[in-house]
Amino acid sequence: MAQAQTTRGGLWERIERRTQHGDALFWGLTLFFALVVIGLVMAIGVVIYSDSALAREKFGWGFLFGTEWSPIDTDLAPASFGAWPAIRGTLFSAGIAVLLAAPIAVGIGIFLAELCPMRLRTLLSFMVELLAAIPSVIFGVWGVIVFVPFFTEHIATPISETFGESIPWLAGPVATGRGIIVTGCVLAIMILPTIAAITRDVLRLVPNTQREVLLAMGATRWEVIWLAVVPYSRAGIIGGIMLGLGRALGETMAATMLIGNSTRIEESLFAPGVTAASLVANELTNVNGPLHQSALVSIALVLFAITFILNLMARLLIWYVNRGAARGGR
Amino acid sequence: MKRTLTSRSIVAMVSGLLALLVLVSPAYAQSWEPRKVTANLKGSGATFPNPLYQTWIAVYKKVNPDVTISYQSVGSGQGQTDFVRYLTDFGGTDSILSDARIKTEAPDTLHVPTVLGAVVPTYNLSGVTAQLRFSPETLSAIYLGKITNWNDAALAADNPGVALPKRKITVVYRSDGSGTTSVWTDYLSKISADWKTKIGAGTTVRWPIGIGGPGNAGVTSTVLRTDGAIGYVELVYALANKLPVPLVKNAAGNFVAPTLENVSSAAAGVEIPADLRISITNAKGAKSYPIAAFTYILVHQQTYTDMAKAQALTDFIYWGLTEGQGGALRLGYAPLPDPVRKKSIEQLRKIVVNGQKAFDGPVK
Repeated sequence: MAQAQTTRGGLWERIERRTQHGDALFWGLTLFFALVVIGLVMAIGVVIYSDSALAREKFGWGFLFGTEWSPIDTDLAPASFGAWPAIRGTLFSAGIAVLLAAPIAVGIGIFLAELCPMRLRTLLSFMVELLAAIPSVIFGVWGVIVFVPFFTEHIATPISETFGESIPWLAGPVATGRGIIVTGCVLAIMILPTIAAITRDVLRLVPNTQREVLLAMGATRWEVIWLAVVPYSRAGIIGGIMLGLGRALGETMAATMLIGNSTRIEESLFAPGVTAASLVANELTNVNGPLHQSALVSIALVLFAITFILNLMARLLIWYVNRGAARGGR
Repeated sequence: MKRTLTSRSIVAMVSGLLALLVLVSPAYAQSWEPRKVTANLKGSGATFPNPLYQTWIAVYKKVNPDVTISYQSVGSGQGQTDFVRYLTDFGGTDSILSDARIKTEAPDTLHVPTVLGAVVPTYNLSGVTAQLRFSPETLSAIYLGKITNWNDAALAADNPGVALPKRKITVVYRSDGSGTTSVWTDYLSKISADWKTKIGAGTTVRWPIGIGGPGNAGVTSTVLRTDGAIGYVELVYALANKLPVPLVKNAAGNFVAPTLENVSSAAAGVEIPADLRISITNAKGAKSYPIAAFTYILVHQQTYTDMAKAQALTDFIYWGLTEGQGGALRLGYAPLPDPVRKKSIEQLRKIVVNGQKAFDGPVK
C-alpha cells in the first residue's frame, strides 16, 4: 500500500518536473499562433499591393472614382478600369442589407434573450443558428428561383411604375428582376442570424442587477429592456451589426447570382450592378491581359480597404458609445 | 453548380463512348500503338473541352495504363499562364496565345487544335414556337442595344411568316471571363464595325446593355426565367439541355443550324496557317456555321526534357486526334475536318527532346 503510494507520488513528481515549463511553452505556442495570423494578413496585404502595382501606376487615385470598366482595347478607346461601379454596388447592396436586417435582427435578439418562454427559446435559437449555417450558394439558388420572381412581380414592378416615375433611383425597367435592391434583400436574410445571435448573447450577459433596479422602481418590461438592458450592451450589438455588414460586403456567390453583373452605372437601384467581390470572382480566372488582372487585384485591395475602414469606424463608434454611456451614467 | 452538371454528363457519357470506341477503333488501331512508357502528365486550362478531355483521359487509361493524365478545368487564361510558367505539361485554351506573349514568354509554343466548338444564341419567347432566324446585323444590333423589341422590323425581315410579339428584349451575357464570350464577341466584331470599334473581343468586355449570369448555367437560368430574353451558350451545353437554338445567317448568306457537320465545315472554309492560330468565326462556305472556334492543346516544341513524358503526351494527343475524334462527336463536339486534323498531327511531329524527335506516328 505504502509502496504504491510512493510510486504514485514519484510518478506525479516526475510529471510535474517534466511539465514545469508548461506555462512558458503554452505562452510561446499561443504567441506563435497569434503571430501566424498577423503574418498571414500581412502576406495577403503585400501580395495584393504588389500585384496591383500595374493598375495603380496607370490610373492612380483616379481608379477609385473611375466609372468605366472596359477591359478591351478598341480602335476608339484603350482599355480602362475604374473601381466606382464595384464600390458603389458593394456599398449599396451591403447598406440595404444592414438597414433591413439590423432592426429585425436586434428585435429577434431581444425577444430571444428577454421575452421568450424557455421552451420556445431553445427551438428558436436553434433555428436562428441553423439559418446562419446555410451556405451562401443556397441563398443564391433560393433567391434566383423563389425570391427574385416574387420580388419582381409584387414589389419591384409596382414600385417602379408608381414611385419610379418621379424618383429616378426607383425607376424601371425591372425585366429580369436582378439588381442591387434584390441582392440587398437576400443579403439581409443572410446576415440576419449573425446579428440576432450576437445580440442575444450580449443581452444574456447583462447582469440581473440592471433589470432588478428598474423593476424595483416600478418600470414596465419595455422600460427595463429599453432603458437598462439594451443601452448596457450597445457596444456588443454594434459589434454584431458590423460583423453582419462584413459578411454582406464580402459575400460573393449569392451576389454574383443575383446582382446581374453589369459594370455600367445606372441610376436606378432596380437595375443590375456589380459588387467588388463578385467582379473579382467572375473575371479573375480568365483575364484579357496583365492590366486587367492588375485592375482586378486593385479591386480586391479596395475591398480590403473598405472592410478595414468600416471596422475602424465600428471601433470608434463603440469607443464613443461607451464613453458617452460612462459620462451620461445611465 | 456547373461542376456537378459537368461531372454528371461525364459519368453518363463515358460508358457510351467506350461502346462507340469499340466500334470505330479497328479503322485506326491496326498500324499504330502507343509506346510503352510510364509517365505522369499534368494539364490545365479551358473549361469548354473539359468533359471531352476527362473522357479521353478515362478511356486512354485503358489503352495505356502506365500513363496517368490529369486535367484541371481552370479556364483558358489560367491554363495559358500555367503553361508558359511550366507548371503544367500541356495547356488547354479556347483562345490563341497572343503574339506578344509567345515572343516574350514561350517562344516554342505549338498550338494543336483538338476539336471544334460553337457558340449559339438561345432565347425565351413564349408564344413563338417556330425556330427563329437571325442575321448577323440583327444579332449585333440586339447586343448593341439598337434593337430593343422583338417586333422590330429587322427581326421580322429575318423571320418571314412568324408573328413576333411586342415584347422587350432582355440581353443576357456571361458574367465570368470565358472562352465562350471570346468567340461570341470575336464574331460580333467581325460582322459589325460598330462592335469592333466600340466594344471589341475578349473574355470579358464592356457590354453596352443587358445583365450577366455566371457560366452557361447562369445564362441559361436567366434566359429561361425571363420572357423575351436572349443569351448565348456553348453548343454542347445547349444540346445537352435542349435549349431552343435559332438559325444564323452565315457569310455565304444562308441561314444555317448549328449542327456538328456545319460547325466542322466552318473549319474547312478557312485557309489554315501553318501555326494553326486562326479565328474561324464568320467562315466562308455554304454550310459553315458562323460562330465556331477551335479549342487547342498547347505544347512545347523544344523545351521538354523528359523523353518518356514527351512520348506519352504526344501519343495521348495523337490518340485523341485519331480514335478520340469519334468520341468527340458523340459528346457533342464537332470533330476536326481531315486537312486540319492532319496539320494538328504535323504539329506533334515537330516536338523534339534534346534534339531527338519525340513523335513519329503516321499522319492519317
